[in-house]
Amino acid sequence: MLIPLSHYLFVAGLLLVIGVFGIFMNRKNIIIIMMSIELILLAANINFIAFSGALHDMVGQVFTMFVLTVAAAESAIGLAILVIYFRNRGSIEVEDVTLMKG
Amino acid sequence: MIINLIFDVFSLILLGSAAMVVTSRNPVHAVLFLILAFINAAGLFLLAGAEFLAMILVIVYVGAVAVLFLFVVMMLDVNFSALREGFQRYAPIGALVALILFGELALFVTGSAISPGAASARLFPTPQGISNTQALGSLIYTNYLVLFQLSGVILLVAMIGAIVLTHRDRKRAKQQNLDTQHARTPAQTLTMVSAKLGAGAPMPEPKKETL
Repeated sequence: MLIPLSHYLFVAGLLLVIGVFGIFMNRKNIIIIMMSIELILLAANINFIAFSGALHDMVGQVFTMFVLTVAAAESAIGLAILVIYFRNRGSIEVEDVTLMKG
Repeated sequence: MIINLIFDVFSLILLGSAAMVVTSRNPVHAVLFLILAFINAAGLFLLAGAEFLAMILVIVYVGAVAVLFLFVVMMLDVNFSALREGFQRYAPIGALVALILFGELALFVTGSAISPGAASARLFPTPQGISNTQALGSLIYTNYLVLFQLSGVILLVAMIGAIVLTHRDRKRAKQQNLDTQHARTPAQTLTMVSAKLGAGAPMPEPKKETL
């Protein structure tokens, strides 16, 4: 691989930190929280791909594909739950979600 | 070198648009910046030699997931400015956690190196002379077939779940029901009225339609 591995790891680390920061900042907006989760998963994927390239091992790319699958399924289900929650309650504020007394 | 410059450009745009995703005021802009972040991540994948996954990232994320987010953001009539309350209140603790997390990650990245024995521990070394797509495909369809099909099952469950959750049984258009139509008798639908000559007849109460 032409780019050193540590460069990729720093970019992925910064991306993960931005995702975590986004979850903290947007405590009420569940849509932005889900986008932050997508960013965190993307950071994990970049790590997989970088190690796969640096170690010349294909397994990292296979697992990146599985992570992509699970992330797509997760966001589809999450947004479906969000839509029916909004339809029933008329609000998507995270702090209003107290139906289960959590 | 030019390739380092390309890497820097891709990663700077990726990180900048990721920062805009979490801080932008308008969620539609956040989704558009998310698309930009995914495209630049696909560029990073290309530089690492994973061409197939770069294209998959563009197709799946930009083409499906981001558009799904865009649909939901535009469909829900939410007062998004009310959702931004407490944005400043949570900023210091979020920055603190982010700083600690990044410090730990940086310590780990700078303080560790790949051991020389790692090359011999490879499970499936990248084959030379064939394309990335071919190598990935032969690996998936021989050694990871069960996991690949299980990921298909995960997608199927997600699809069925999303449809079941959001499906609403609406009043459909009026349709013929042949059974009830054929079972009608004249007694149910006909009323015999004897009309006086020249005076007309009073209209009977209309019966309920049994189509």
